[in-house]
Amino acid sequence: MESNGVKRKIVLFILGFIVWCLLVWVPDWQHLVVGVFVAGMIALLVGDLFIKKPGKLKHPHRYRYFIFQYVPTFLWECIKANIDVAYRVVHPNLPINPGIVKVKTTLTSDTALTFLANSITLTPGTMSVDIDKDKGVLYIHWINVKDKDVKGATKDIVEKFEHILAKVFE
Amino acid sequence: MSNIIDIVGLVFIGIGLAFDFFGCLGLVRLPDVYNRLQAATKSVTLGTCSILFGTFLIVGFTAAGFKCLLCMMFLLLTAPVAAHAVARGAHRAGVKLWDKSVIDKYAEDKEGEI
Repeated sequence: MESNGVKRKIVLFILGFIVWCLLVWVPDWQHLVVGVFVAGMIALLVGDLFIKKPGKLKHPHRYRYFIFQYVPTFLWECIKANIDVAYRVVHPNLPINPGIVKVKTTLTSDTALTFLANSITLTPGTMSVDIDKDKGVLYIHWINVKDKDVKGATKDIVEKFEHILAKVFE
Repeated sequence: MSNIIDIVGLVFIGIGLAFDFFGCLGLVRLPDVYNRLQAATKSVTLGTCSILFGTFLIVGFTAAGFKCLLCMMFLLLTAPVAAHAVARGAHRAGVKLWDKSVIDKYAEDKEGEI
């Protein structure tokens, strides 16, 4: 457990240091020294909140799925979402049919659920309102409700991301 | 060559401005908090990211370019979280959905809990 905590802090330190280097580009040694202190402080303070199981970061196939499956799917859905919303907004009759539906998910880890909720918010006409982690339930505001049933809504909203995220984060 | 990249960057900035405009239009036209949040988060996130990406293409891998990329990443990560927080807070504070809304499973499930 103790080494796990140290590993988490090291992962966060490296991430913070990379972000710092990009922020102060072009890095010289003064920036790098300050960066070590800043990243170290952040790692010490919030290292416990960040990643629960650092061992997962070691698997290369997770990155592969993330870059080649999640990112393209997400970008495509995101662009579709924007065209859809733009169309609804510009249309003179405002063709909306809003409501809050309930969907089920099989994901359990915090990171996966966060990514799922964020993806849902940024994709066509759906926005996550609340999440119940114990029951595995998300409440989704849908701008154009096609299916009031839990199963149907789950199929329409969650499934296209769920199997990819399960491979990446679970 | 750099001319072509400049033009592509300008196209991205143009698309971004258009989406930002639609987002703002949605903010005015749509009926209730939740629908407005939808327009605000989706269109404004992609629109602003597109503007930043266009800027990145024009300035290249310089100090400003890296900041553009970082801003895109942070925007994609934080905008949905903010929308989620506002929506949940609004619902918990008792803001009603639009009259013509079809269904509200959240209210059904939360009844008597608050």
